[in-house]
Amino acid sequence: MAKFQSLADAVAENLFDGDTVAFEGFTHLIPHAAGHEAIRQGKRDLTLIRMTPDILYDQMIGMGLAKKVIFSYAGNPGVGLLRRMRDAIENGWPRPIETVEHSHAAMANAYEAGAAGLPCAIFRGYKGAGLPAVNPAIKSVTCPFTGEELAAVPAHRPDAAFIHAQKANERGDVLVEGIIGVQKEAALAAKRVVVTVEEIVGDFKGLHPNLCILPHWTVNAIVKVPGGAHPSYTHGYYPRDNAAYLEWDKISADRETFSAWMKQHVLGVGPDVFAERVRNLA
Amino acid sequence: MSQAFTPTEMMTIAAARALKNDDVCFVGIGAPSAACNVARLTHAPDITLIYESGTIGTAPDVLPLSIGDGELCETAVTTVSVPEMFRYWLQGGRVSIGFLGAAQLDRFGNINTTVIGPYAKPKVRLPGGGGAPEIATSCKEIFITLKQAPRAMVEKIDFYTSFGHGDGYDHRRRLGITTAGPTLLITDLALWKPDPETKEFVVVSLHPGVTRREIEETCGWKPRFAEALAETPPPTELELGTLRDLQERTRKAHAGKGK
Repeated sequence: MAKFQSLADAVAENLFDGDTVAFEGFTHLIPHAAGHEAIRQGKRDLTLIRMTPDILYDQMIGMGLAKKVIFSYAGNPGVGLLRRMRDAIENGWPRPIETVEHSHAAMANAYEAGAAGLPCAIFRGYKGAGLPAVNPAIKSVTCPFTGEELAAVPAHRPDAAFIHAQKANERGDVLVEGIIGVQKEAALAAKRVVVTVEEIVGDFKGLHPNLCILPHWTVNAIVKVPGGAHPSYTHGYYPRDNAAYLEWDKISADRETFSAWMKQHVLGVGPDVFAERVRNLA
Repeated sequence: MSQAFTPTEMMTIAAARALKNDDVCFVGIGAPSAACNVARLTHAPDITLIYESGTIGTAPDVLPLSIGDGELCETAVTTVSVPEMFRYWLQGGRVSIGFLGAAQLDRFGNINTTVIGPYAKPKVRLPGGGGAPEIATSCKEIFITLKQAPRAMVEKIDFYTSFGHGDGYDHRRRLGITTAGPTLLITDLALWKPDPETKEFVVVSLHPGVTRREIEETCGWKPRFAEALAETPPPTELELGTLRDLQERTRKAHAGKGK
C-alpha cells in the first residue's frame, strides 16, 4: 500500500546498505531528488542497476555509495563520458567499483523478466559482440522448438526501485507518461518501490484508459517533490536542463570541484530546492 | 561548387543522401542524428526515425542532445516503452537501417565504443554499447559514420562492442546472423562500401578535393580504392542551408534558458 511520506522517511524505510537498487529513468524522469537523499543518508555498498547511468549515478559513485554498477551505457547523454565513474573504474577513487556490463536490449529484457517473475530473460542478441567474453552473466540457450541459439541473462530483481512520475492521486495510483523508459518494469521487478511525483491530485478521472499507471498497491511510498527530476525533465511540467548536463562535464572533471559542488548542492540542502531549480526553465 | 563547406558538413550531407524516403531508421546520437534529420528535411520527408528511447516516427525541429529529449516524444507518431522498443520493433525486424557512430572502427566494420586498452584495466573507459550490439545484428543493414583519423580507423579494435563483418567473408552467416551488416561507411573524406566477397571496406567515392594520400594518412590500415573511383557531388545549396539552419536552431535551443 502506498504511504505518503517525506523523502527522508521514504528513503530511510526502503533503502538499506548493501541493497541492489535501481534509480531508473531513460533520459526523462530521472529521480535525482531521491538519489540525492540517498547520498545525504550516506548509504553504502549499493549495487546500482541502471540502463543509462548518467549524472545521478556519477554523483552517487563519486560520493562512494556504490560497490557495483550493472549498466548498458555509461555516458553523459550527448555530452561525453562520466568522469566520476571513470575515475572509480580507472583509479579506484573514491573506492574501486565492480562493473557488470550489458547491452540495452539485455537490460530492458532483464527488467521485463523481473516484472514477469521469471528467473531469466531470453532474446536474440550479443551475436559476435565482445561482452559475453567479459560478463559471465551472459549465457545462451537453445530454443527447444527451432534450435535457434538465443542469449539469456538473469532477471533484474532489485531490492528497491526509485522512479519519478508526473502525478499520483490521493489513493496512491501513479501516472507516468511521455518517454516511459523501463520504469514500469523496474517498479514491478523490485521488492520495494518509491515514487517521487510532481503533484498529487484528487483522482484520475478523464485520463485515457491506457495511460501507464502503477496501481497504489504496487507502490510502497509516494513523495511529492516538484522538480524532482531536474536536470532531467518531466514531460508536461518542465524541459530538460541541457545546460546543466553540459556544465556537469566541467564540475565532474576534477575531484575537488566535484566534492565542493556536492557539498553545496546536495549535502547542504533538502528536496525543496528542486522546485526552485525548474522554476525558470521555459 | 557554389559554397564553401567543411568536411564534417560534407560527411553529414553524404550520409543524409544515403537514406530513402521509405526507410525505417534507428538513429544513433551525434552525427547519425544530424544526417537522418537532414534527410527528413530534404529528400526523405516520410522517413521513419526511431530513437532508442521509444520514440517512433519522430520529427524534431532541433537535434536532440540526448536520445530521450522531450521533443522526440512530442513529435513522434507513438512512444513505446524501452523493452517494447528492443523486443517488438528492433528484434522484430522492423528496422531497415541502423545508423551508428564509432570511437574505433576496423576495415570490416566492427565497432568499439567500450574501452581503449584492455577491458579489465582500460586506458580510457568509453560509455559502452547501449543499443548498438543488437542494432548491429537486427537491422536489415547498417550505415556507419565517423571522422577519419588513424586512431579511429584502426587495424585491430580493442573491443568488439558491435559486430560488423568480423574477420570478413561469411563470418556473419557462420554466427547465424541473417542481416546484411555494414553496407556503407560515410567519413568526412569519402564513401566506403564493403567488397562483395571479402567484406573489407573499399573507398568508392572521394569527397570533392580529397586525395588518395589524405585517405591513406588518416586511416590506420592500408586502404583499398575501387577501380571506378567516383567523386562525391558537393553539397547543394538546399542541403547545406538545411543542415546549417538545423544546427543553428539546435545551438540556440541547447544554450539553456535558466538556472
